[in-house]
Amino acid sequence: MTSLLTIDHVSKDFDTTRALDDVSLEIRPNEFFALLGPSGCGKTTLLRAIAGFEDPDDGRISITDADGQETDLLALPPDKRPVNLMFQSYALFPHMNVRKNIAYGLEREGLSKQEINSRVDEVLETVGLVDKAKARPAQLSGGQRQRVALARAIVKRPRLLLLDEPLSALDRKVRAEMQMELKRLQHEVGITFVVVTHDQEEAMSMADRIAVMHDGRVQQVADPVTLYSRPANVFVADFIGSGTLLPGDVGATGFTALGRTLPGSNPSSVSGPAVLVLRPESVRVDGDDGVLDGTVVETHFYGGSSITAVRVDGVDGPVVSRDRGAPRHEVGQSVHLSWSADDAVILEAGSGADGP
Amino acid sequence: MTPAQTSERGASGRRALSARTVFAGPGLLYITVFMTLPLLLILTYTFFTRGRFGGVVWDFTLDNYGRAFEPVYLKVFGTSMLIAGITTVLALLLGYPTAYAITRLSPKWRTVALVLVVLPFWTNFLIRTYAWIILLNSEGPLNRALLDLGIIGAPLGLLYTPGAVIVGLLYAYLPLVVLPVYASIERVDRQLLEAARNLGAGRARTFLDVTLPLTLPGVMIGAIFVFVPSMGNFVVPELLGGGKTVMVGNLIRDQFLEARDWPFGSVIALFVVGLLVALFALQAAIARRINGKKVARV
Repeated sequence: MTSLLTIDHVSKDFDTTRALDDVSLEIRPNEFFALLGPSGCGKTTLLRAIAGFEDPDDGRISITDADGQETDLLALPPDKRPVNLMFQSYALFPHMNVRKNIAYGLEREGLSKQEINSRVDEVLETVGLVDKAKARPAQLSGGQRQRVALARAIVKRPRLLLLDEPLSALDRKVRAEMQMELKRLQHEVGITFVVVTHDQEEAMSMADRIAVMHDGRVQQVADPVTLYSRPANVFVADFIGSGTLLPGDVGATGFTALGRTLPGSNPSSVSGPAVLVLRPESVRVDGDDGVLDGTVVETHFYGGSSITAVRVDGVDGPVVSRDRGAPRHEVGQSVHLSWSADDAVILEAGSGADGP
Repeated sequence: MTPAQTSERGASGRRALSARTVFAGPGLLYITVFMTLPLLLILTYTFFTRGRFGGVVWDFTLDNYGRAFEPVYLKVFGTSMLIAGITTVLALLLGYPTAYAITRLSPKWRTVALVLVVLPFWTNFLIRTYAWIILLNSEGPLNRALLDLGIIGAPLGLLYTPGAVIVGLLYAYLPLVVLPVYASIERVDRQLLEAARNLGAGRARTFLDVTLPLTLPGVMIGAIFVFVPSMGNFVVPELLGGGKTVMVGNLIRDQFLEARDWPFGSVIALFVVGLLVALFALQAAIARRINGKKVARV
């Protein structure tokens, strides 16, 4: 498949810090792509470079239109790029009402009044704000402002829509609703979305593919399931989901830690110092048999599922197991832990950590 | 809530009240004694008859207000408005770009630039105005330079003209435009400018559609800061206008000190205060409209 947006070896320095370090990404037409990482990882800088508000020191960013014609984005000023950005603060014009805000981008294209009106009406309908058309941003709730910002960006029908932390300003309940709505909207309007977020749940639930960034570098690009079950390095394993990272070594007999050989899969053929990733739902707690011994320190029941935390001598922090139904073990009980080799990934120790 | 808690709340409420009194009290007292009371006194004077050697005779009359509309005084008002208006427009045309440029400097140079803007205030106003007499007179450096360069054949009569008055007022009040305009440009969220660019507006368009409307309240404050004191200024018209240009400020001063007509002087002073209040009310209304805070709910 040809990609829509090509980011090719892009680097950017701010004084002494390297915000983007040789970043390359291919974003496909009509996909919901997420840039995920902790604050300061470079994801917002990358987004701003695509929109034209940061100049990369190195590399190329280009967009390919439906006919296969490639355009160098870096050669264009921000107002000439076929890319729209929804700002984290929404950046709605306070002196214009909702309708004027949304129409602004279309007016700049020089469209006829009639066409502008019909397109604004249409998008107001889509985001459910028909009755707020005459309101000023100051009179709207956070969720409504977010929808105006979205409407203002999608009404331009860009090939690519960039969203900078689109949901961070909303409270939890509204956020869950808007996640669904964003996803629905993306299908409806058929625009490629690139969303920047630090919230892994948000990225996992919305995106088709995710690029995990850290220290200005792309750590892994994959779909959410792969990212969770087959992390490429220790940083990704630690950042995505929860679980225990068990340090050990890979030798002739496989992964060894705490003086035992433990089951694990080794897709990237790691040898030497290594880390075993144990996800809570992969770990089984059993009274009779297992590969590690420990003592139950905590149990929590969440209705549908329960969590059992087990302290294992020689391991920092408890190993956590998640299971369906009520907890089957009591605090203080001696138990055995087991997992299947397929569900535990072996990664090179320290991989994906802070760069040079 | 238990009674003990209630009384505790009451006590802390009283403490807050007394703290407010301590902090705001001296300022309020000062303003009351030296601003509000004199204003009330001026208002009172306007309704009575002039005393022979200044002061007032307590005979009630409305004639003072009628006199203000006599052609000779209306002309002074007209001249003042024109000169103050031209000064204000020039101050905005010079001050806005200056303020804009300062906001685009690095933080260090921004501080330096702002200090330079207010630096003239550290010198006595009279001395600064006298300096203009030296600069503009027929033997002054400006005329000399123009003569030496052969641009003019004979010295220009620059001094003692309305133009000289405008130059003097502009020089006096330009910083008062730069500072509020600077503050309002500084407050414009840069993301709004980026949003406009992102939506397809070029630099000039972004300035006209976003920066300018959002800084209009600051521009109006700056305009008021120049316009009102320009109208009331009597030193510059006298020194640089040579007494040929009579402005409201001169009129007020003459009524009190020369004509000894305090009631009529008070009427004119009150007009200037009223104008100031009206302009500030207009500014506040426009600021509210721009920020969308007080638009009828829909």
